[in-house]
Amino acid sequence: MRLLNASGCLDALTAPGVARSLDGFVTKTITPLPREGNAPPRIAETAYGMLNAIGLANPGRERFLAEALPQLRELGVPLWISVGGFVAADYAETCAALEDVEALELNLSCPNVDEAADSAAEIVAACRAVTALPLYAKLSAAHPDLSEVARAVAAAGADGLSLVNTLRGMALHPRTHEPVLARGQGGLSGPSLKPVALAAVHTCYAATKLPIVGMGGVAAGRDVVDLVACGARDVALGTILFSDPDAPTRVRVEIGDADLDEVFGTAHESAAVHA
Amino acid sequence: MPRRERRSVTGVERVGAYTLLRLDRGGLEPGVPGQFFMLEAPGRLLPRALSLCQASPGELAFLLDAVGPGTEALCALEPGERIHVFGPLGNGFRLDVERPLLVGGGIGMAPLPYLATRLGRAPAVLGFRSERHAEAAALLPDAEVVVEPRLVTELIDPGYEVLACGPEPMLHAVAAMCPGAQLAWEAPMACGYGACYGCAVDVDGELKRLCVEGPVLEAA
Repeated sequence: MRLLNASGCLDALTAPGVARSLDGFVTKTITPLPREGNAPPRIAETAYGMLNAIGLANPGRERFLAEALPQLRELGVPLWISVGGFVAADYAETCAALEDVEALELNLSCPNVDEAADSAAEIVAACRAVTALPLYAKLSAAHPDLSEVARAVAAAGADGLSLVNTLRGMALHPRTHEPVLARGQGGLSGPSLKPVALAAVHTCYAATKLPIVGMGGVAAGRDVVDLVACGARDVALGTILFSDPDAPTRVRVEIGDADLDEVFGTAHESAAVHA
Repeated sequence: MPRRERRSVTGVERVGAYTLLRLDRGGLEPGVPGQFFMLEAPGRLLPRALSLCQASPGELAFLLDAVGPGTEALCALEPGERIHVFGPLGNGFRLDVERPLLVGGGIGMAPLPYLATRLGRAPAVLGFRSERHAEAAALLPDAEVVVEPRLVTELIDPGYEVLACGPEPMLHAVAAMCPGAQLAWEAPMACGYGACYGCAVDVDGELKRLCVEGPVLEAA
C-alpha cells in the first residue's frame, strides 16, 4: 500500500517535508493553458466536510514542464502527474509530453469546471495511444452507473482507477442565504465522503479488478484499512492534510502492524454484499 | 516547515467584545509579528488562522472575535484543555522601519501588541465600531482610539511608515493614503501552508495564495 496525497491537497514545493513523508506526490491538475482559478471565496467549511471551488488553478503545461517539474524531481519523491483538459486531445498532448514519472492520473471528474465534452473512455483511449506510463482514471462517484464507467475506462486501456473525486455541494451564509463560495457550488470533501469512497472502491474493484487508489475522507489508519478491505491497493490523503500536515506519519503509526495484504478485498467476501 | 504541537490553554480572558486566548508555548517559536498560526478549533474540520497578539515568556496569546462556529469553539476553551497549534506561518511585517505608525481596525488590532513590543516604542492609532469593542485598546496602552462614526484613517499622519491590520475597506483607504504601507490582509484559509489554494487574493493583478505571499503585503 502506497500512501499518496489527493491531487490538489498539497503543494510539494511549498511543503517538501510533507511530500517526502508520502510514498508519492500527486500534482495539482495540469491543463494545457494556465488557469488562474475561480474568484474568492473558494472554500467553505460545513458541519461534515469542506467545499472547495479552486477551479484547477495551475501554471499550464508549458510552465509546469519547464519550471515546476524539474524542481519536483529534485525532491526525490515518486511523481504522479494529474492531467486535465476539456477534450481528449488536451489530455493526450500533456500525456505525450511527460516521461520518467511514476504514473499519470487523468482527472475526468473535477466538479469545478464544466464537464469534459468527451467521454471518460475516449479520453483514456487517446492518452493510451501516446504513452506507456501507468494511466489512472480519476472518477467521480456521482456517475449513476459507476461500474459501467469503470469497465469502459478499463477497456480503453486504463491501468488503474483513482476513487473518488469530490461531490458537488453548496453552503449558504446563515443570515443572507447567499452562497458562501463565489462560484456558488463546489466540491465536497472530508469525513462525509468516506462512505461514498468505500462504496465506489467496492463497486469498481468488483467491476474491473483494476488497481485502485482509494481516497475520500481518510483521516486515520482505520480509514486506510477500510478502503483496502474494499479493494484499494493504494490510498491518498486529502482534506486531512489541510488540518494536519503530519497526517502521513501519524496514519502509518495508526495502521501499525495490520496486515494490509490479508485485509485486501475482505469486504467482498460476504455473500450479503451486493455491488 | 514550522512545528505543529498540541498545547495547553493557560488562560481565556474577555477583553471588551473580544477574547484573549493564552496557550503555553512549548517548542513553538513566536515568529515575526504579522505571521500567523493555525489553531485547532474543537469539533470543527478545519483549523483557524490567527496572528499572534502577545508573546509573553512561555506563552502565545491570540485575540479572537467570536464570529462563527470555529472562533466560538476557540473562545469556549477552558484552561487545561489542549489544542493543536501550527506555526508560525506566512510573511510578517518588516521591522526595519524608521518612523513606524501602527494602525488597527477592530479585531485587526490583534497583531499590533506583539508588533509594538518588537519595534520598541511605536505610536499606534486604533478604530473600533463600539465602546465595548474599544476596550481591547487596553492591550496597546499608548494608542490613540476612535469609535465609529469616526474612522481610524482620520488619525493617520502621512509622515509615518504605516503598518496596518484591519477590515478590507480600511486597508484600501490606508493603501490610497500611504503608498508603501505594510498591510496585513485576511482570507479564509483551510491549511495555512500553501496546500489548499483557498486563500487566493489579488496581488499585483494576479490571484496568489495569501498564506504564502502574505499575509503582510506592501501597498503598491
